[in-house]
Amino acid sequence: MTRAEGTDRSWTVRLRRRISRTVPEGQWLPDRQPAYVRSWIYVFGVATLAAFLVVLASGVLLAIEGEAWWHVSSLGHFVNSMHLWSVELFMAFMVIHLWGKFFMAAWRGRRALTWITGAVAFLGSIGTAFTGYLSQSNFDSQWISTQAKDGLNAVGIGAFFNVLDPAQMLLWHIVLLPLLVGFLVVAHIILVRRHGVVPPFDAVPPAAQELEPRTAQVTSRTAHKNPPVGSPSVEAPDQEATR
Amino acid sequence: MVGPALATARLDAAGRYIHWGVIQISLTNLLVIIAMIVLFGAAVVLRMPHSDSRPVESERSDDPR
Repeated sequence: MTRAEGTDRSWTVRLRRRISRTVPEGQWLPDRQPAYVRSWIYVFGVATLAAFLVVLASGVLLAIEGEAWWHVSSLGHFVNSMHLWSVELFMAFMVIHLWGKFFMAAWRGRRALTWITGAVAFLGSIGTAFTGYLSQSNFDSQWISTQAKDGLNAVGIGAFFNVLDPAQMLLWHIVLLPLLVGFLVVAHIILVRRHGVVPPFDAVPPAAQELEPRTAQVTSRTAHKNPPVGSPSVEAPDQEATR
Repeated sequence: MVGPALATARLDAAGRYIHWGVIQISLTNLLVIIAMIVLFGAAVVLRMPHSDSRPVESERSDDPR
């Protein structure tokens, strides 16, 4: 076995090649985007992501300092409020992002998995928000848990998902569900970079047949009204103009 | 001690609810939903600033094609 063959078998090399195949270099943090991306409706995905990062950072602080801190101290109140309002923005931006992508039929062009990971992340976020309300350790969380237990018992999961157990709810809120949502968000972003953002319905590929499939770019009829941010798009290999 | 007094008053106050047939929603939630719809509509309708200040793709000379 030559040295090169040995290197090829290395898991690091295989992983690097796998990553490069999934999202080629230059598409992770692109400096070019299709012309149609210059629209406010395309902002809400990254706004959701920004809010999510604030949610995570403030949540980590709250988990480290504990409930006595967020109930009593001024800084604890501030971080607690920051956690609440970043979640409010996260959910609002995510729903607007969902509306935009729904009316754009964002599952077109082999983007079904992108759509699915986003939808499941949305459902996971609802569960995370719910267990967050139960982890406030105040009368509000007591009220919500006692109201929710009957519904959850009625569907037969009360024995496993016990909303009256604050420790279990805290585990779901700060470990299990964030891991699920975090994984889905990362997968969602990778898929967006892999397949590119979905073009509008009226996007017209500029003689797509003349271009190499891997560098085929999409411009829209609105491109002349809404010029691009930079030079022509370098989109993901699977990005194609679908109508 | 105005702060704690206000906080107590706020906690004790009942939320305002809108009733419309079988639909019942808190005023706060309704306002949030309306704000989201307005934001969505604005995002669709409004154009980004300076969107006419850059050359269109086909006019650029440094296209690496």
